[in-house]
Amino acid sequence: MDEIKSQQVTFKLFRFNQETDYLPYYNTYVLDITHEEVILDVLNRIKWDHDGSLSYRRSCRHGICGICSIKVNGKAILACKSRLFDLIEVFGTELTIEPLSTKRALKDLIIDKEDFWNKHEQVTPFLVSDIDENPTLETLVVPHDAEKLLEADYCIQCGACHYSCPALEINDRFIGPAAFAAAFRFAADVRDDASLERLHVVNEEAEGVWDCVKCMECAEACPKDVNPIEKITKLHNMIFQAGIAKDNVATRHAVGFAHSIQKHGLLDEGELVRYSEGNIGVLKHMPEAFEMWKNGKIVMPWNMPKSKNLDEVKKLMKSSSTVKF
Amino acid sequence: MEKFRYALYTGCTARESTPELLKSTLAIADKLGIELVLLDEASCCGASHLQDYDDMLSLVLNARNICYAEKLGLTMVTICNTCQLNTAMTKHRLDTNPELKAKVNEKLAEVGLEYKGTSEVTHFLYAIIQDYGLENLSKKVSVPLSKFNIAPFYGCHNIRPSELQNLSNGGENPYNPTSLDDLIIACGGNNVDYDAKNKCCGFHAELQSPRTAAVLTGNALSGAIDANADWMVTPCPLCHLKLDVQHHSASKAIGREVKLPVLHMPQMVGLALGCTPAELGLQHHVTKVNFV
Repeated sequence: MDEIKSQQVTFKLFRFNQETDYLPYYNTYVLDITHEEVILDVLNRIKWDHDGSLSYRRSCRHGICGICSIKVNGKAILACKSRLFDLIEVFGTELTIEPLSTKRALKDLIIDKEDFWNKHEQVTPFLVSDIDENPTLETLVVPHDAEKLLEADYCIQCGACHYSCPALEINDRFIGPAAFAAAFRFAADVRDDASLERLHVVNEEAEGVWDCVKCMECAEACPKDVNPIEKITKLHNMIFQAGIAKDNVATRHAVGFAHSIQKHGLLDEGELVRYSEGNIGVLKHMPEAFEMWKNGKIVMPWNMPKSKNLDEVKKLMKSSSTVKF
Repeated sequence: MEKFRYALYTGCTARESTPELLKSTLAIADKLGIELVLLDEASCCGASHLQDYDDMLSLVLNARNICYAEKLGLTMVTICNTCQLNTAMTKHRLDTNPELKAKVNEKLAEVGLEYKGTSEVTHFLYAIIQDYGLENLSKKVSVPLSKFNIAPFYGCHNIRPSELQNLSNGGENPYNPTSLDDLIIACGGNNVDYDAKNKCCGFHAELQSPRTAAVLTGNALSGAIDANADWMVTPCPLCHLKLDVQHHSASKAIGREVKLPVLHMPQMVGLALGCTPAELGLQHHVTKVNFV
């Protein structure tokens, strides 16, 4: 049997009671922890041995209910799944335990997840299908079709990605990675009849997939490897494939890359902005463009560099393109 | 010492809006005795936006770029985080999915190319750290940056998703990255710690979601300023464009004047190696580099 290793760790624990506290504060506990303990063990020890008023959510203790998600040193984790020794390896022996969202804290580590559920509701997160209530046969989904869901149905709705998304932090209309993954999960299901409606929802400006900043925080935060950003990219693809992409700055920005590559191999940065914004919209970028031009940061159209063997790129553009806008 | 040789995928930005990045990259490679063979055949990586439009097309184009590094039998180095992400992502998907690789190769065959998967893809930052070595770099430092507090700004696409970055790139922990801090120390500078160092600059949503993008840039700049940084350093030209050029919109978005010189990673190394400001293209910056 392995020898039990122990280590002293300082825990800074977020405390707040919406009913009595004006501001949150932190309690510090120095505990000896052993290498098989997870963060939930520490929360239990603090509650049971030091302060019974500490509040946090816990249930299954097996990484499947998603209720115990919190943040340690800014990293979203499931308290029941994250080994302390792994966290110490990354962050050292001072660990700050906080709720997923400090601004949504109700009591200590418990947050109000209403916004999370509202976003889910927006994408109709269930199968919409007109099936016989008393079927004589099962609705078959062959393995090839099941694979199209790409692990999106592993989501346990813990909120780790949702509360790690910087776009959502700033723009509260943004639907966010968890609900996007759910939208994909049902839109990609062969049995579903509401795919198009869902794609329309995630195609809206300010709310939909176009406002994703592509920071990859969601992929990193997910404890179940759902990889929401991959699903967000798929939703973009599906919007184009379904022919419902609107003619706006976001879609033109994506398509503009293809136009530039076709012409130069490389991206014509100035032309991309003009194409995306339109001839009038581009004017708002003039002050920066002037600053850039003054400092030798703008390549004029007649000096635009081109990839060597451009004919290869052009040929591949023609033969490999799978969508039209 | 072993002579290092790489195929350099410059990306588009280093040939257009950040000429100083290419210039300083070549300047420090020369000083360190690293040979960089320019992949002039390469096309745009799609910057994660072509990927939204046409996945197959972006796979084929990125695979074609890697083919040219394979032909040279060299590791491909990138100098843009987003080029790194999209190239490494393509490599990972093709190397792990023979069916997809065959499909892509069918297209590449039309232009006489074949993707084999023989070249590694890594950002120049990690090539310096892992191949050249920080100890060897320190030995070459002639102008230590000891009087400067330098704020590292890592840029998302070099550190996330860690699953991919562990395979092909630096493999550091995205919640506590250290490479750029270590590089600052190796150059004799004082590395500054602040919350936004591993966060997003907002670049990819700049046109479609300008407020989100501007607030993120503002958060990054204000975080570095509050941590007493004299300047910032980043391995990504897209982050650089945001932080160097967009300080007006960032200041407006967060209601506070935020302006800080931002250097490209090779410019910082170049300063420590004794390169002149002109050799590093410092005159191209919009936020003027007033300390050299």
